[in-house]
This record gives sequence, C-alpha cells and structure tokens, in this order.
Amino acid sequence: MDLTELIDVAEAHRAKQKNIRIHCCTSTGCRAASALEVLKNLKTAVEDEALGENVEVVGVGCMGFCGRGPLVQIDPDDALYEEVKPEEAASIIGSLKGGTATALKGDVQHPFFARQVKIVRQHSGKVDPESIEDYIAAGGYRSLYKAIYELSPPEVVDEITRSGLRGRGGGGYPTGLKWATVAKMPGDQKYVICNGDEGDPGAFMDRSVLESDPHLVLEGMAIAGYAIGANHGFIYVRAEYPLAIQRLQKAIQQAKKYGLLGSQIFESPFDFKVDIRIGAGAFVCGEETALIQSIEGGRGNPRPRPPYPAQAGLWKCPTLINNVETFANISAIIREGADWYAGIGTEKSKGTKIFALTGKIRNNGLIEVPMGITLREIVEEMGGGVPDGEVKAVQTGGPSGGCIPASLLDTPVDYDSLVAIGSMMGSGGMVVMDQDTNMVEVAQFYMEFCRGETCGKCIPCRTGTVQLYALLTKLLKRQATQADLDKLEALCHMVQETSLCGLGMSAPNPILSTLRYFNQEYTELLQAPKYLNGKVAVE
Amino acid sequence: MSVKTLKIDGIDIAIEEGATVLDAARQAGVPIPTLCHLDGVGDIGACRLCLVEVGGSRRLLPACVTEVAEGMEVQTNTPKLQEYRRMTVELLFSEGNHVCAVCVANGHCELQDVAIQVGMDHSRFTYRFPDRGVDVSHEQFGIDHNRCILCTRCVRVCDEIEGAHVWDVAQRGAACYIVSGLNQPWGEVDACTSCGKCVDACPTGAIFRKGSTTGEKERDRAKLDFLVTAREKHEWTR
Ligand SMILES: Cc1cc2nc3c(=O)[nH]c(=O)nc-3n(C[C@H](O)[C@H](O)[C@H](O)COP(=O)(O)O)c2cc1C
Ligand code: SF4
Ligand code: SF4
Ligand code: FES
Repeated sequence: MDLTELIDVAEAHRAKQKNIRIHCCTSTGCRAASALEVLKNLKTAVEDEALGENVEVVGVGCMGFCGRGPLVQIDPDDALYEEVKPEEAASIIGSLKGGTATALKGDVQHPFFARQVKIVRQHSGKVDPESIEDYIAAGGYRSLYKAIYELSPPEVVDEITRSGLRGRGGGGYPTGLKWATVAKMPGDQKYVICNGDEGDPGAFMDRSVLESDPHLVLEGMAIAGYAIGANHGFIYVRAEYPLAIQRLQKAIQQAKKYGLLGSQIFESPFDFKVDIRIGAGAFVCGEETALIQSIEGGRGNPRPRPPYPAQAGLWKCPTLINNVETFANISAIIREGADWYAGIGTEKSKGTKIFALTGKIRNNGLIEVPMGITLREIVEEMGGGVPDGEVKAVQTGGPSGGCIPASLLDTPVDYDSLVAIGSMMGSGGMVVMDQDTNMVEVAQFYMEFCRGETCGKCIPCRTGTVQLYALLTKLLKRQATQADLDKLEALCHMVQETSLCGLGMSAPNPILSTLRYFNQEYTELLQAPKYLNGKVAVE
Repeated sequence: MSVKTLKIDGIDIAIEEGATVLDAARQAGVPIPTLCHLDGVGDIGACRLCLVEVGGSRRLLPACVTEVAEGMEVQTNTPKLQEYRRMTVELLFSEGNHVCAVCVANGHCELQDVAIQVGMDHSRFTYRFPDRGVDVSHEQFGIDHNRCILCTRCVRVCDEIEGAHVWDVAQRGAACYIVSGLNQPWGEVDACTSCGKCVDACPTGAIFRKGSTTGEKERDRAKLDFLVTAREKHEWTR
C-alpha cells in the first residue's frame, strides 16, 4: 500500500458511510448491560422503518459513561441515550422520523463530557473497532506514513521528546528519553513491548482503549519500531480481557492484509510485526522486568534494575516498553506536531490522562482530561460530587497510590503534584470516598490486594505485606496498642525502602497516606495500654 | 580490563571493572550480611540483606548485584541499614518455624549466623507457625519447607551447576514454596541425580541429609555396660 491507496481506502469508505450513523457501544461495560441486544434491535428497526438508505447502525467502542450503559449516540446531531433497554431501541430509530424516543436522554453539554479533551480517545465511540477501514477513514495510519516517509528515526524520537509526553503506566518516565536510549543502544535486534497488563483494581482505561481503538495502539507501536530500529513488537494483554484480545487479533490481521504491519510497510524497507502475548492474571506481571520474563516463558518475577530493559530486555536485547495509553498518544503527536501537544497540560506534565472515575460519585466512567485540571473540577464538576454526602478523600494510583483528603482537592492533577502530596498518578484509577468511609479499612483493602499479589521473591514485600495486613487487622479489631502503630509505620518505611521492585516499594503508600491525613482514625482504634510504668493500668 | 577505585566505609579500594560492591567489600574485609548470594551461582538480589547506601543514589542498592563505579562512596552499616537488616531477619524468623534447638543446622546455619550478626534476639512480628510440610521421599535427603527462606540457592545450584533443574518456585507471595519436579515428591523426580549440591547450598536446615536430624539420633546405651564388662572381665566382644 502507498499513500494514494491509503487515501483511496479512506475516501471509498467515507463514501460508503451513511449520513446518519447510530453509534452503539459494544465494549465490555455496555455489553454486560445487554448492549448487543440493543445493537441488534437498532439494526432491525432501521430495516423495519426502511431507513437503510440514509442511516446505519455501527457497533463502536467505549464512550466513557460506563456507569450509564448501554449508550447509544446519534451522529451528527450528537443526541445521547443512556441505559437504553433493548425494547427502547425501536423508539430511538423512530425519533429520526419525528417520533419520540422513550429512552433516557443524556446531557452532552454536561461537564462530564464538555470538560474532556480527547486525544487518546479521539475515535473511541466513533469508529467501529473491528473495521480498519473505519479507522483509515478517520485519518488512521497517516501518522505512520508521515513518520516513515517524512521523518528520519531520530526526528521521530525528537518529536516525541519535544512533545513532553511521559509514560502513562504510572511512573511518568519521559517517553522521548526512553526511546532515545533504546535507539542509541548498539545491537541489530531490538523489540517494542506494549504493556496492557492493567492490574490495578478498578482500572479499565487500557482495556477501553484496546477494545475501542486497537489500530491506534498498533500504529503507535509501529512508529516506535521505526524510531528505535525494532522490527518486532509484542503486546501483552491480560487474559481477563478477552474482547480486547479478540479485537487486537482482528486488527493485526487486517493491518497485515493492507501491508500496514508485516514486511515492507508502505512499500518501504521498514518491517514491523506484532504478536500478542496473554498474561495469566498476575498484577506483578505488569512490572516491566517481570513482564519480559513472562514473555520469555519464565516465571513472572521482577529482577533488579539496572540493567534496564532499554539496555537488556527481551532475550537480553534492547527493548522499549511503554503502556497502552502512551502508545495511543503517538499518532496524534506525529500528526499534529510536538508543539501542539506540548501546548496541552502543565509545564512538566503534558497532554491528557484518562481516569476511571468510580466510587461514591454521581457520574462514573472514563474521562480524558488535560493535565493540570484540579481534583475538585474532576470530582465536583465532572463527577457531580457525592450523592447525598460530602467527599472525604480521593484515592489515586490504586494499590501503589494514596488517599488525598478533601482539603487538598484543589491540587492540580499532574505527576509531580500528586507525588508531593503522598499519592501518585498511577495508571488512572480514581476512587471517590464519602464521609462514611473508614480509612483504615481502605488501607487494609489495598494491603490485602498487595499481600495476595506479591511475587514472593524478596523478603520485605513477601513477608512485610503479610505483617502489615495483620497489624491493620489487629487495629480494626481494637486489639492494637501504640507500640503496634509505631511498628506499623516503621515497617511501612522498611518495605518501601528495601523491596526489590515497584510493587513492594509502593505497597505501603495507602497506609502511609492515610496515616498522614487521617491519623486520628488510627489512634481512635487504639486500645489503652494494659501496663503502664510496670504496673497494671487497666483491669 | 580497567580498574575502578571506590570507598567503602571510608576504606579506599581498587578493584577490576565489572566486580560487584560485595566483591569489593569482601576484598576490603568489610562484612556485609548476605543470604541469597552464593559464590558460584548467579545473583538475584532477593534477600535484601546486602543493601547498602551509595552516595548520589536515593535508593538503597543490593551490594551483590551492583557493579562498582569510579569514585563510588558506599556506606554499609549506617543505623538505618542496621535497623532494616534486623527487621528483615525478624520477618524471616516470623515467617517460618526456625527452632534452632531441634534443627539439623544448629550451629552451622547461615540464617542463625546472620541473626547473630545483626543482633536479632527476638522478633517483634507475630510468628506465623506455618505448616508447609516435610518431604522425606528421597532416599538420601529430605526437605522441611517450614525452614525454607525461599532464597532459591537450591534452585540455582541445581539448574546452573548440576544442570538438572529439579527445583523451582511454585505459587506466589505467602503461598510460595520450593517445588520439586512437576510438583512431585522429591524421591519421584527422575531428573534428580542425588548429587547433594542443594544440600550443600541450602543456608538453613531446610534441605538436609537423612540421618542427621535430631529425631534420628541413635543412642547406644548398651555400650556403657559393654565397656564396664570389658574392663572388669576382659570380654572384648559384644
Ligand atoms: C507492580 C507493578 C505493576 C505494574 N503494572 C503496570 C501495568 O499494568 N501497565 C503498565 O503499563 N505499567 C505497569 N507498571 C509499570 C511498568 O513497569 C513500566 O514502567 C511501564 O509499562 C512503562 O511504560 P510507560 O513508560 O509508558 O509508563 C507496573 C509496575 C509495577 C511495579
Ligand atoms: S517487591 Fe514484591 S513483587 Fe517485587 S520482587 Fe519483591 S516480592 Fe516480588
Ligand atoms: S530449601 Fe534451602 S536453599 Fe532452597 S530456597 Fe529454601 S532455604 Fe533456600
Ligand atoms: S545477598 Fe544481595 S540481595 Fe541477597
């Protein structure tokens, strides 16, 4: 395929598209609420009403308002229907002919939608994730063409560096710097890995991107391959995401058929193939060195770094590993340019971030917001606040993050500000908690998660998490004393500072942040000491 | 090969490039406790006992896998490191059943040595008294999982030196255990050559030679009688 052919495919497909497109979400969340039936009924209704000439029903990816699925949206007039029941489908089609739709109509002007800035989710909910033509018609694979024919590999790296993009997998490492490192490493064989293991409880941003727009991720990986000199990519997806895997498989097949993946992409000397590897549901396999061992067929155990994957990664070759969302930003940066991207966000955190907004909040779902937006804007304006109650805390970063008290809601959401207040950006989980939440129980919940997910290789994490959990349980049973509380805090610091990988290093964060901001809740649980100054104090 | 110079606890050291901080410390006679490290097999940096402070690094670094660098300044025994090492050993003691008095390894156990080295006389953490089982199906050896500290020295020595790869780690977290063969009793694993390298590699009393456990001690009470009779009646046969 060359550029004219790509444009031909796009134009031919656009010509085939009907004036009115009814988008029905077919991703996991809406599927669970019988979206497939809604889709079927919509299609039947179009036939029944003989509207086939002008109207088409398209199964699309996630629109974000997952708490109110199934979602149906009408393009171009933008009407959005929420919680659509299969029997209401016909009335939505009827409304095109002047009837009234019985389905619940959503407010697309609501800040939940209006405050979003969509770069990664630019096509989500608009294109059919199972159709490469839909993606191409929306401008897809043009960035890959531009990278190969208009830019040299160092120029691509430079573009990413100047964009200020930082890794969306949690750590926020500068993406351009990582690419430059792998590009400069000697060696003929290099690899690109896309990390789609997404193990944080409650997080589903990457799943949504993979399910809604798989080609966007593949295009980003291919551009990365060109930039760093790799001809082989792996995408590691957890087994719990069957729909994402199925759509990726289909997308890879389609891209290969068009010559957009495989050998001689766009008839250039650049080859790039992508294989899928399926994770077996271990949180720790999201850690890059464990993930690499897992792809190699070994036990998913982290190993000490250095050497970093950029130096010695997959089969000891220089390897670039980035998160799904990181790769999903690449196409737009190459298309629109680094300066455009760098204009969004804050000085040190550029672009947007997707959050999975959940918990005690009116509007939950996926939101893509510009960096620098405050937590208050997200929680109160977009999320609509706590239903009958007040916010007590917001948890970001999942089991590696912390609880931010309501008094700090004006903190801007960017990598450095969140770390400064004892939490972290993480991969994008955001749980809102109300006044009834017991913060010690929250800490215990995350510790239970870490205790069950530690790989067991290093002692502080394997055994420390068990003891931390036991101490929290003792507290909650009101059997702990001040000495136990001191021990809890000391052990937190020890586990944080001595663990081998990020799992152990960050596992104490939920405890440390709640100790910092909700200390009283801990001390209230303490038991009076039985003995004081060598004498029995309480009978 | 070039040479790097560095300072460990104030002592100047010159050592070849590629050596680890642990090599350098040993050369300088600076003791750093270790458990998962075993001379001759690959290092994995798992036990975290050898962590040291390195100037310019925010993180504590494991001496066994950190390569020396020119001008490096290493501290091996700061109060913080002492406290963390002690806690590490306490965590190990709370995790298994380490009752030295009835252990085959009593007196020649590296875990016991490390406990003495870091001054751990009791554990502040709740003892968990696990019941992880004992496998004595092998003709010559046995493994008591309750004494295992999961250092994987047996795994590595069997894989890297003997080439048999009888051992590996099963499960994760607190449920981890050293597994033989395809999760079979050790005695049924055909790959085992009975070379005994794992017995020698094990730092604790987890893997032992049969006949050496306290329970197997045989007493020959009749011997006293025999000696008395021999002396008094000059009967030299039993
Ligand atoms: C315990 C643990 C779990 C992780 N899980 C994920 C994950 O699910 N997805 C991900 O992209 N990164 C995860 N990471 C971060 C990766 O190690 C790595 O830093 C990341 O994939 C790099 O991509 P980025 O630079 O694009 O963020 C995890 C790290 C740790 C320590
Ligand atoms: S910190 Fe936890 S997950 Fe990471 S290597 Fe150690 S035991 Fe494994
Ligand atoms: S059996 Fe011994 S050598 Fe093997 S992991 Fe356990 S303690 Fe280490
Ligand atoms: S000896 Fe270095 S981590 Fe165990």
